[in-house]
Amino acid sequence: MSLMKRLTMIFRAKASNALDRAEDPRETLDYSYQKQLEMLHKVRRGVADVATSRKRLELQTRQLQQQADKLEQQGRQALSLGREDLTREALVRRSGLQQQLADLRSQYDSLNEQEQKLMVASQRLQAKVDAFRTRKETLKATYTAAEAQTKIGEAFSGISEEMSDVGLAMQRAEDKTSQMQARAGAIDELLASGALTDATGTAKDDITAELERMSSSSGVELELARMKQELGAGAPRTQIETNPPAPGQGDDA
Amino acid sequence: MIIRILGEGQFDVADDALDELNELDNALTRAIDSDDDVAFRAALTTLLDTVRQRGAPAPADALVPSQLILPAADAHLDEVKDLLGEEGLIPG
Repeated sequence: MSLMKRLTMIFRAKASNALDRAEDPRETLDYSYQKQLEMLHKVRRGVADVATSRKRLELQTRQLQQQADKLEQQGRQALSLGREDLTREALVRRSGLQQQLADLRSQYDSLNEQEQKLMVASQRLQAKVDAFRTRKETLKATYTAAEAQTKIGEAFSGISEEMSDVGLAMQRAEDKTSQMQARAGAIDELLASGALTDATGTAKDDITAELERMSSSSGVELELARMKQELGAGAPRTQIETNPPAPGQGDDA
Repeated sequence: MIIRILGEGQFDVADDALDELNELDNALTRAIDSDDDVAFRAALTTLLDTVRQRGAPAPADALVPSQLILPAADAHLDEVKDLLGEEGLIPG
């Protein structure tokens, strides 16, 4: 049998299963409406969850980007100080970060797509639920068993199919989000442990320390040289300054 | 005829497109039976594109069951199998 038919049968069977269990279709209509509202609420919450995850991902991407920029800057600084080994180290770390960034971006894209889909689905479900409510009241008012039964059946499978569809979309979005959250947690942990060094720069990584050590030691050298120069230039002058009184003293004598 | 693409909603497709769709659907079923991911992807994309092209989106507040249902465009082969295998052909 074709795939399209097989899928259709699965969905329709679910709807008629629910309908068969009920004694009075009118009760089923009310019960079903309750379920629909619950579903709608769940979908809305799902959209919010996905949006939160997306924002978190944005934040992490920004942090990692800052970190990568910082490493590049450090690489330049190290190179200008003639430390090619440090530059290489910085670049190696940066390429690792860039791998992470690329992964995060693709995750971000897929999450964004899920969010869009879920939003459309939630709007569609809202429209269907509204239509169902109207139809339900009409059907209840005009209820004469045999005639209404078929109409109820149709409205019911229409809405339950929509709910199954939205339910599936929700599930996929949830899977994507939980994957992403596990990953985000791992990155947070790495940032915390210092394996991915803190982007805020409060803690010093070893490249920074080495660079600072170098620049401070070269700073010391510079200072020293300046002092020496001052001393060297100053010593003769003091001699000159101390010399003139001697003739004066001679004058006094 | 109403056809649902999962995740996208319902499309109203003219009946004379059915032969074309059936052929594409057969290719899709073959791909699933032979576990061929590449063929599955290609067949599904063609089938969905045809439905979107030949059909008009049904209004959002229309309460009608679909005559045919198709997996979502980004559905994985295993996902479709799960869907079919979830309750089998005779759900209970």
